[in-house]
Amino acid sequence: MNEAITQAFQERISEDDLLNCMKCGFCLPACPTYVETQDEVHSPRGRISLMMAVRDGEIDDVHEVEESLNVCLGCRACEPACPAGVNYGEMLEEARAIFYEHKDVPLQEKALRKTTLNMLFTDQEKMGKATSLLRFYQRSGLQKTARKLKVMNFFPDHMQQMERVLPDVPKRSKQYREVTFPSETAHTKATAAMFKGCLMDTLFHKTNQSTITLLNRAGCDVVVPDTQGCCGALHGHSGEKAGAKELAKQNIQAFEQADVDYIITNAGGCGAFLHDYDHLLKNDPEWAERAKAFTDKIVDFSTVLMKLDFANEMPLNIDQQIITYQDSCHLRNVLGVADAPRKLIQAIEGAHYIEMPHADQCCGSAGIYNLTQPDMSMQILDHKMENVDTTRATTIVTTNPGCLLQMKLGIERTEQTDTMHAVHLADLLLEAISTDG
Amino acid sequence: MSMTWIQEIRHIVGEEYVQTKQSSLLSYAYDATPNFNTKPEAVVAPASEQEIKEIVTVCANYQIPIVPRGSGTNLAAGTTPTQGGVVLLFHRMNRILELDEDNLTITVQPGVITGDICEAVEAKGLFYPPDPSSMKISTIGGNINENSGGLRGLKYGVTKDYVLGVNAVIANGDVIQAGGKNVKDVAGYDLTSLFVGSEGTLGIITEATLKLVPLPESKQTLLASFDSIERAAETVSKVIANKLTPATLEFIDRATIQAVEDYTHVGLPTDAEAVLLIEQDGPPSICEHDIQLIQSIAIEHEAISTQIAETEERATELREARRSALSALAKRSPTTILEDATVPRSEIATMVKAIEAIALEHDVKIATFGHAGDGNLHPTCMTDLRDKDEWERVEAAFAAIFRKAIDLGGTITGEHGVGEMKSPYLAWKVGDEGIQLMNQIKHAFDPDQIMNPGKIFHRSGGEVDE
Repeated sequence: MNEAITQAFQERISEDDLLNCMKCGFCLPACPTYVETQDEVHSPRGRISLMMAVRDGEIDDVHEVEESLNVCLGCRACEPACPAGVNYGEMLEEARAIFYEHKDVPLQEKALRKTTLNMLFTDQEKMGKATSLLRFYQRSGLQKTARKLKVMNFFPDHMQQMERVLPDVPKRSKQYREVTFPSETAHTKATAAMFKGCLMDTLFHKTNQSTITLLNRAGCDVVVPDTQGCCGALHGHSGEKAGAKELAKQNIQAFEQADVDYIITNAGGCGAFLHDYDHLLKNDPEWAERAKAFTDKIVDFSTVLMKLDFANEMPLNIDQQIITYQDSCHLRNVLGVADAPRKLIQAIEGAHYIEMPHADQCCGSAGIYNLTQPDMSMQILDHKMENVDTTRATTIVTTNPGCLLQMKLGIERTEQTDTMHAVHLADLLLEAISTDG
Repeated sequence: MSMTWIQEIRHIVGEEYVQTKQSSLLSYAYDATPNFNTKPEAVVAPASEQEIKEIVTVCANYQIPIVPRGSGTNLAAGTTPTQGGVVLLFHRMNRILELDEDNLTITVQPGVITGDICEAVEAKGLFYPPDPSSMKISTIGGNINENSGGLRGLKYGVTKDYVLGVNAVIANGDVIQAGGKNVKDVAGYDLTSLFVGSEGTLGIITEATLKLVPLPESKQTLLASFDSIERAAETVSKVIANKLTPATLEFIDRATIQAVEDYTHVGLPTDAEAVLLIEQDGPPSICEHDIQLIQSIAIEHEAISTQIAETEERATELREARRSALSALAKRSPTTILEDATVPRSEIATMVKAIEAIALEHDVKIATFGHAGDGNLHPTCMTDLRDKDEWERVEAAFAAIFRKAIDLGGTITGEHGVGEMKSPYLAWKVGDEGIQLMNQIKHAFDPDQIMNPGKIFHRSGGEVDE
């Protein structure tokens, strides 16, 4: 087993990329798991040295390395901090893929992954049905009954809290098919195609709707291509690389036909993965160029709103409140978007913006990390909430569904549901254009 | 046998603070120096001076090497366990013990991050000036052991100028309390100064008391470009001759300017041969007076452009030109070697030219930036350690650079330390007599050579051939 893995590392993880890490340690303060553990086994340069050890066949039990990689959030905060420009995210994903392919996955976990990844996230229809089930559970009174009967007590604490923070799922009919939403300005300033995202299209459908309305108000025509699917991030991050590539091709094709200025995302996690399609498909001659054309158009909705001068042209008002912002790691570290969301919040009359300490550090959500590494995830979240509390904010704004759920979970865990809420930036902005000043 | 001492250490610090898994040992096999990679036998995280005392006693009994390691950012293989043994960590000893505003001192444990000390004292209007580039990562214990410098060396000095006292455990298990809060203290040999810069070879520092100064009220930033290194160097000399002492006086050469501009696009003139970043701090009126005088000196010396930052944002951008030097160069090659040969300030132009000539002669790529104000240069080599032929030429080029620095009255290392990497060259600087005396001092503290062995002193005990 070790030999096969070592060989795969030699073939698929470039020695150049590994050697590019000069072990300077500049990544250490940026890495949430190093900050929590103070252990180089859980630092970016430590993980790179461990990948190198696997490649060189210098470790007897490669599963020690796998474990270290599993604890990595994949937030990629180490990348902007790195003086040498190491492609950490790419190496991490490839290494995880290798471990996954060589693994005797326990049957139960295999089943869970198959369900969540292959069925739910690749098929909007099934995602729809699954969320319909959730909706039925919420609306039917079963949720209340289950809570009364304390069924959830059989699950770990944070799963119970997670169950409480899940948003209500909209009725199926509201989830749109292919439509164009025209700009609401005198003339169209730009054209865009919206990437729906799986969670965003189902659990957070309202937020997608808000995003489209904001773009229309800002002067942007928006189409929602019908044949698009899941971005593939959850597949990629958990080692299912082949599945991720198939989804990438499907999406590239779907958006090629739209022929627009921008491809819009409102989920940092999806956005970053879409943005990296050119890396994902770089060795596929038929797709490399098409992937590049696709990724060049990927942009976060907040960036487009700023470009179209939305904050100046639109009166924005909300009730007086203190607001703080939690960065989406992938939006910040991969797409490089940090200022736009903050500037948009600060442009709202009534919003008193206070930056929390370490807003740029991961909240511990990280895709399905909070399910696979619950202890570390909750440790990070609890420290995050301490930082939130220093701002005295009543509203936490995020730009990614995973972060949004995690922040809601943080509010639940600290028992502040009466005084604090978490909201997606698009929903906050929609509220601000709807409120009379 | 090996089980025995590890068991004894486990007993002292507790099971979970002794790591012996292969993945852990691999993760502490290196520091920031290329090509030094050796696994320790155990990674140990003590919580107190008492625990360190007991660990040292066990290691002395079994003749086990101890390598103290802060955050492992050392650039001279000073914190690599090249002879195995124990890597000692300090993250459980990371408390600020006392901030004494009456005596202007701060007492800290060795594991505190230096940047955190700066933040804590600045909140009280005080200032801890030493600012190595790694200050947000490196620990104060590491800085004291290496006598780290930084960008403010010219005006404010380096770490040794701020260490008033240390506690240290030496090899026989004794705890030495050297110095204290007194500015004046001539009671016997200055053991505090001996520990500062000793690179972990004399003992384990367990506590330190640092001197603080009032925080300067304001700061001004100037960037000046020149089409010859001589003009830039003359500007530096003239600034000093005018009785001005800037807080920072940084230099980047042409190769670095091009790399930085490609990378950051801050708007450096890529036809320039040298750029100076100069900052002055202090009361606003003095700051402004000084920076304008410096600007006129630069113009007198045919600066092709000068800019004084009008806003803090602009100042940050200008600083970025210097701060991103290492990043910009590091992105250009798989292996980056950052050295710190240092010369008297008056020899900077000669040294920079000599480095260029040496790089050409050995057919290697070296760019130079550094602290022009104090003569501390960072010739930075972009190479690939897998290219054995080039690697030999790189080593020969650096040997020539060290030789030249010494010929000009300089030194082989200004702020990184000797470590294991530069130990072959130490005799060039201090002579055989110097090495012998240092060896005797080492023997008095650590007769069995368990404290960071192989560092400072070359393995063969002698010097390299010239």
